[in-house]
Amino acid sequence: MPGVVHVQTTINGNPTDFLCEPRQSLLEVLRDVLGMTGTKEGCNDGNCGACTVVFDGRIVTSCLVLGVEAQGKEITTIEGVASPEGLHPVQQAFLENAALQCGICTPGFIVATKALLEQEPDADEGRIRHWLAGNLCRCTGYDKIVRAVLDAETKLNA
Amino acid sequence: MTSNIVLSEVEYNVVGKRHLRPDGVDKVTGRAQYGADIRLAGLLAGKVLRSPHAHARIKSIDTTAAAAGPGVHAVVTAGDLPFAALTREELGGDYQRLKFANNHVLAADKVLFKGHPVAAVAAESQHLAEEAVKLIRVEYEVLPPAMTVREAMEPDAPLLHDDLYTSELGQLSERPSNIAAHMAFATGDVELGLTQADLVVEREYQTASVHQGYIEPHNATAFWNADGQLNIWCSTQGPFVVRTNVADILRHPVSRVKVTPMEIGGGFGGKITAYLEPIAALLSQKSGRPVKLLMSRTEVFEASGPAPGTWMKVKLGVTREGRITAADITLAFEAGAYPGSPVMQGAACALACYDVPNGRINGYDVVVNKPKTAAYRAPGSPQAAFAVESVIDEICEELGLDPVEFRLRNAAKEGVRRVEGPVYRRVGLVECLEAARNHDHYRTPLEGENRGRGVAAGFWFNRGFQSSVNLTVNPDGTVNLIEGSVDIGGSRATIAQQAAETLGIAYDEVKPTVVDTDSIGYTMVTGGSRTTFATGWAAIEAAEDVKRQLVERAAKIWDTPIEDVEYADGVLSHKSDPELRMTFKELARQLLGTGGGVTGVSNVDPAGEGNSFGVHIVDLEVDPDTGKVTILRYTAVQDAGKAVHPSYVEGQMQGGVVQGIGWALNEEYFFNDQGQMMNSSFLDYRMPTALDLPMIDTVIVEVANPGHPYGVRGVGEVPIVPPLPAIGSAISHAIGSRMRRLPVTPGAILEAL
Ligand code: FES
Ligand code: FES
Repeated sequence: MPGVVHVQTTINGNPTDFLCEPRQSLLEVLRDVLGMTGTKEGCNDGNCGACTVVFDGRIVTSCLVLGVEAQGKEITTIEGVASPEGLHPVQQAFLENAALQCGICTPGFIVATKALLEQEPDADEGRIRHWLAGNLCRCTGYDKIVRAVLDAETKLNA
Repeated sequence: MTSNIVLSEVEYNVVGKRHLRPDGVDKVTGRAQYGADIRLAGLLAGKVLRSPHAHARIKSIDTTAAAAGPGVHAVVTAGDLPFAALTREELGGDYQRLKFANNHVLAADKVLFKGHPVAAVAAESQHLAEEAVKLIRVEYEVLPPAMTVREAMEPDAPLLHDDLYTSELGQLSERPSNIAAHMAFATGDVELGLTQADLVVEREYQTASVHQGYIEPHNATAFWNADGQLNIWCSTQGPFVVRTNVADILRHPVSRVKVTPMEIGGGFGGKITAYLEPIAALLSQKSGRPVKLLMSRTEVFEASGPAPGTWMKVKLGVTREGRITAADITLAFEAGAYPGSPVMQGAACALACYDVPNGRINGYDVVVNKPKTAAYRAPGSPQAAFAVESVIDEICEELGLDPVEFRLRNAAKEGVRRVEGPVYRRVGLVECLEAARNHDHYRTPLEGENRGRGVAAGFWFNRGFQSSVNLTVNPDGTVNLIEGSVDIGGSRATIAQQAAETLGIAYDEVKPTVVDTDSIGYTMVTGGSRTTFATGWAAIEAAEDVKRQLVERAAKIWDTPIEDVEYADGVLSHKSDPELRMTFKELARQLLGTGGGVTGVSNVDPAGEGNSFGVHIVDLEVDPDTGKVTILRYTAVQDAGKAVHPSYVEGQMQGGVVQGIGWALNEEYFFNDQGQMMNSSFLDYRMPTALDLPMIDTVIVEVANPGHPYGVRGVGEVPIVPPLPAIGSAISHAIGSRMRRLPVTPGAILEAL
């Protein structure tokens, strides 16, 4: 294919090589090139947060990052949140608090929440709402999501 | 103070408990397969070309260049639909229905809204497909659009369809019109009722078009095999509805269409119509390859949904004591490009909360140059409630009556007849109003400047319809539950709970699976708050079938008449011989050696309704400098019947409330003067975020539905109804001026101030 670029990156701790066109977003690469469909597309223009991933320590909407920008970077996606031992406390808290209905927004919320709690393990409700304002959920009204995040803090700080 | 209260009448072992959902781990790990996640060998990507105009005649379409484009495998237009080869004579009375259905999928002679599909391409990649559709040349003759219901009803309005006549109480109008239908419900003598009133208030209301706003865009993947078998994978609320629609449009036998529902990322009524499926199927038929179509967010806004914009007029007569004597209501709903707004449901819901002796409701279904409207949570009810409940709030202010007290005096209860006919069985509105009145929220006076409190009630039918469930007993004493209801928010759990309760086994011993249309009996959509009610009922019936078969088997093993064996709480026992006793598990282990496995089946179509009511209280504050509204506190009370899984009932209530808040305050389609939507992104179509909201408190009032074995009523629709009027009234109290158009934007508030 003409104009295809070879990119070397690290995804969920695994060194990963892929080929992509310069116009392909990181979201497309994850989903269509690498088959990692846990990261979701809700808008493809940076306004819903369903495609949230961690990119060199910062959360980004992967639909607004180009695949080629992943060169030499460390990326964490929803597939990298659970460990072989089991769910991450944030995932467990979402499950136990019924913080998902349809679940399409859930990967984005979980990636964003994990990043928040790593930086601010005692974030209060206001801070949580502020941090998650870039993630849209149309099903839950956010109540149970915010409670799940508070519960995840308790679990992580125990 | 508790934020989530459950007022129970009866307790069960499994029903009513907060279990973990069976699909939960897949959904928190990203492993769950939604429609867009499907990957098939040889899969092509499709793209739809859509009309840039709200109203235009198609003069010509030239697809030659696109068909020759790089990586392109197929191009289709309306000419490829089987309908194109059929004549009015062949189709007879079905012609117009089929024409509308086909033209909606792919426009033929005219485009009727911006975003109307005109052609589609399948290519090796998404990018190639996108490039190819740009090569399609369409020549349009642009026509003036009719954009609002009032405009479209004018006698000289631009006509969308030259063959659409108003159906008026069974008669067709003489001249074509944008008014597709005029319907009416009436009871008593309205004129007499008005003369009995001490106060008559008459007001007009308007609401804007809003979108369901599910986060997952529409998607469809189709593979039309050489043997005529058509397989479809999509995110839909109704796989059987998609099967019917696809078979109907493609003139293909229903038995050769298999629809596999993938996980679904929200729908709220908007994922029932088959938008992409027939196009994907045509592209697959032409290319011989599987084809996947995905909508962009802009396409979702411009070509799916929305809920209708409305114009409404309400006249209510009341006595000084606050008793409604008469109601006269007119509802005009935008249907979008083709007939079929939920004005009928709006009319039936408008007065459903009250005992109205004399009532008349006129409804108009009107086509406009907007996308064809789709169901949105309690379709029609929120708009009608905005009008009726707002008038009631004005009446309460005028008469100095407490709004909860007023509603109690007029509340619908058992034996009351709705204006459109049905008589209520036991319902829980009175209990909800009492719970609201006793709630800490209502008892705490709201203080402070620029603040207002609003109260409103709302209704939905919760009808049953068809559902099917199979239950197979495994040798280890667990049960596989096969169902056709797509799980949009926890229904695998609530259906499994009802099966487990009936069998007297543990929740996690029932394993639910949602299957394709070849693998289960007909099951209506997940929608209308019917799933936990009707598919739950099917699970109960299938479990009863299992129990019958197990009793037979135990009788056979014990060599005793069936009448001597009883089944209770998961244990089979002999009525007179205490030695003969087996648990469900023990018998399950013996099934294969004693006559083979056991599968319970059921197909149900419950006749009753699970009528449900909600009462909401909201406190808010208006910033007089910016017009911004902040929700301070929100409490939703609802008669859910038995709450099978209270967490998901609360979730439905909270989610519905927040959609209602968005509808009341922010959400709106903006069109330019050519009828083009100007805010088709989540940036400009502003839905509530976590930052815009407080916690949403809930009270579940469990007034058991007498028409369901566990008293289930259904939950999801009602909570979107009261927020519109509750918020409208609260803002009016905060600023001292009535707001009669939704959304109540900061701009509208500043203007009123
Ligand atoms: S898909 Fe990236 S923000 Fe919505
Ligand atoms: S759970 Fe459906 S969008 Fe969040």
